[in-house]
Amino acid sequence: MKFILALLLTATLCFLAGLRLEWWSIAIVSFLVALLIPQKIGGAFVSGFVGVFILWATLAIWIDSRNGNMMSYKIAELFKLGGSSVLLILVTALIGGLVGGFAAMAGSSLRPLPKLRRY
Amino acid sequence: MRIIPFIVSSLITIALVFALNKKWGSIPAIGKFLSPQQGFWQNAQSIDGNKNETLSFKDLRGKLSVYLDERLVPHVFAQFDEDAYFAQGYLHAKYRLFQMELQTFAAAGRISEHLGNAPGFINFDREQRRSGMVYGAENALKAIESDPVSKKVCDAYTAGVNAYINSLTESSLPVEYKLLGFKPEPWSNMKIALFLKQMSKTLAGYDNDLENTLSKPGLSFDDLMQLNKQVPDSLVPIIPKGTVFGTPGIVPVKPANADSLYFNKTDTAQVIQYSKPNPINGSNNWVVSGQKTSSGAPILCNDPHLELTFPSVWYEMQITTPNVNVYGVSFPGSPNVIIGFNDNIAWGVTNAQRDVKDYYEIQFRDESRKEYLLNGNWVSTHLKIDTIKVKGGPAIYDTVAFTVFGPVIYDRSFSKRLSNNKAIALRWTAHDESNEGLTFYKLNRAKNYDEYLDAIKTFSCPGQNIVFASKQGDIAIWQQGKFPARWYGQGMYVMPGTDSSYQWQGFIPQNENPHAHMDSGFLQSANQRPVDSTYPYFIPGNYITPRGVSIARNLSSMQGITVEDMKALQTNYYSVFAESAMAMLLKYVDRNALDAEGKKYLDIVRNWDFYTTPNSIATTVYQTWFDSLEVSIWRDEWNKDSLAMPYPAEQTLLEWINKDSAFKYVDNINTPEKETLKEVVTAALQKSIPELMEQQSAGKIEWTKHKDPTIYHLLRNSVMPFSRKIPVGGWSNVINAVTTSHGPSWRMIVQLTEPIEAYGVYPGGQDGNPSSKFYDNFVETWAEGKYYRLWFMKETENQDKRIIATLTFTKS
Repeated sequence: MKFILALLLTATLCFLAGLRLEWWSIAIVSFLVALLIPQKIGGAFVSGFVGVFILWATLAIWIDSRNGNMMSYKIAELFKLGGSSVLLILVTALIGGLVGGFAAMAGSSLRPLPKLRRY
Repeated sequence: MRIIPFIVSSLITIALVFALNKKWGSIPAIGKFLSPQQGFWQNAQSIDGNKNETLSFKDLRGKLSVYLDERLVPHVFAQFDEDAYFAQGYLHAKYRLFQMELQTFAAAGRISEHLGNAPGFINFDREQRRSGMVYGAENALKAIESDPVSKKVCDAYTAGVNAYINSLTESSLPVEYKLLGFKPEPWSNMKIALFLKQMSKTLAGYDNDLENTLSKPGLSFDDLMQLNKQVPDSLVPIIPKGTVFGTPGIVPVKPANADSLYFNKTDTAQVIQYSKPNPINGSNNWVVSGQKTSSGAPILCNDPHLELTFPSVWYEMQITTPNVNVYGVSFPGSPNVIIGFNDNIAWGVTNAQRDVKDYYEIQFRDESRKEYLLNGNWVSTHLKIDTIKVKGGPAIYDTVAFTVFGPVIYDRSFSKRLSNNKAIALRWTAHDESNEGLTFYKLNRAKNYDEYLDAIKTFSCPGQNIVFASKQGDIAIWQQGKFPARWYGQGMYVMPGTDSSYQWQGFIPQNENPHAHMDSGFLQSANQRPVDSTYPYFIPGNYITPRGVSIARNLSSMQGITVEDMKALQTNYYSVFAESAMAMLLKYVDRNALDAEGKKYLDIVRNWDFYTTPNSIATTVYQTWFDSLEVSIWRDEWNKDSLAMPYPAEQTLLEWINKDSAFKYVDNINTPEKETLKEVVTAALQKSIPELMEQQSAGKIEWTKHKDPTIYHLLRNSVMPFSRKIPVGGWSNVINAVTTSHGPSWRMIVQLTEPIEAYGVYPGGQDGNPSSKFYDNFVETWAEGKYYRLWFMKETENQDKRIIATLTFTKS
């Protein structure tokens, strides 16, 4: 549940931050969300990664479909991706996801350690 | 808290953001560039999106609406002229900002500042500045600022450009800025002046004076003039033959010591230029009187030949205010319509090709460059220190000395070929204070011949053939510009800069510029020499003869001309030059001396109809053969004397051979025997066979595949996906003058009926954004030789279904 919440919060807040701020605001947002919501470090990485990945992929797919692939085709040619819009969208989302994931990991690891159970 | 994981993941995050936010060589900052909210995705426009906008700016005076039609051509309707120019600046920036900036950076010698630390860029920048591009623009700016009308127009235009620039955010920057990683800077009237100077360089910046100087002593002055024939036999001049020219108003006097100090002086300083404009920048225009048309109204046609690029150098538009109603193409970077028509007249331009650039050898007193020798005295130079910023490197400081002749373009600090105290100064009409924009402002409003003449007579540089037709039925042409009055041979070589008698002694009076004004017949210009040999001035230039011959031949036999006929003529592939060249080649070729392959290609070209159509194989064979012949004729002499100038014009070669088959250059001076023309022509074909066979097997024997015409983006090879191949025929000496990436950059036909009937097309699109469907949507129409009917809109038609969007500007 916390995972889903962190993921959705990351995606939503990154979108809002991106309206006004530099692209790397995704790192700050993912970091803060992971700091706020208790998760295991691995879980935080995945929620940050997937949150930004989904956001960037969705935005790119939406823009690309409205543009009839004209821009993505040319940029994918330029980046030697064989003119593949799909590959370019994947690369875009992957780059965003990696930044989001590692930032979330950093945020999560700053949380106080969970109390150890004593046996 | 877990210290180790925190440190590790934080470091990875910071390193990632840093690496992805930084430009690596030519690779843009990847994170920033790929971000869907900030990067290139933001430039991907919605195909069917609503383009309506309401904009408000404090600089506006009254009502202003811009209607964008289905081809994205804006029709600007304003209550005040200033508002219309504000809108023009705004629209140019909205659709073409990167192009405007890149062109003005190039003009000002600021390429290294944005494109990087490469010797090629730095030498380009230094040469631009040393040739006085900025100096010329500063003088042009003075003229603009001192004329109240020009100042008002330019101020409004600049305000419009800046209004758009100020509205940009990181995410709405044009994609080229994102790729290169810089931001637009504020626009200014100085940039308008710089843009026009770049056009002067493109069109009036070609000469071979330095190369001619390098050719001494191998080539005597008589030889040089033989190879630069001033009046070709086949010339059909712009001003009809037989026109009587009056007594010249100025008779320049050759200095008494010219033979020893100039013509026969062989130790003049030798330098080479870094960047030369394309010598085939040319154009066609013609106008036929109503007597020859089926409608009874004159028809005016124009197609300027320039480098074909994305975005195009042209931006189509209509400007309507209570004082002006004009339609045509404009230059992003400058106000007004440059080629077009209004309610009463139409006009068009071709390049005059006249040489308006001369060089002087300067003798400095010492390495400080503070003084130079003039008429036996040491005279002070004016030293200017130029700062050239370099991206990814330290700034370069370059000291340029100014002399009475002009700026010192080459000295020891810029050309290692020069000894310490020798230098070359440049005199160029583009340096002089002038206001070319005012000509277009007035032409946009001209109602008749007198107003046309008033508009053009102050136009200085680049010299243009400005063709005219009016609804009243008269037609005219002027070769207009500020042209030096030269004594015979003046300026063919670098001149002595120690003697002021070698300066230009004056300019040809404006009313003696070649011109014609009439009610019947036709007039044409296609970069040929404007006048026959009876013109009383020495006017060297980089003239091109065949297209004028072709146009004149067609027009003189035509009657009852329609717009369709003119379309066919503008896109005509017939080569008059090849027609006469083939007659010569076939006369001299010895079929029996060819091998089987040679015979095969000879038979292909023998049956050619001289149309350079896209799929013609004969055109490829002919061109390869003729190129091979030129090499056989000239290369031996050129190598022997290390001549630096290009080979003489093909027309010159053909005419000398036709006159004298034993023309002295025919013989190969490297062999003991004396070759005959027959042997040379035959061998030239035989030598081109391996290349032809290779082209054939590579599937590139058809003319368009052989020449591979392509429209490149302004950033050339670095953004090949933004370019486009165009499967067209033609050649520079053919009316449809498409070469490899150069050709008719705008085709326009205007029939001066009531209402005016106009057609036009250019190879590009109105929107410079590569993701827009308007980026290249005219290309196919243009390549197929088709046209758009130009919509000279009335504001009452603002509900017309052709309007896809309205930009409503209000005063804030």
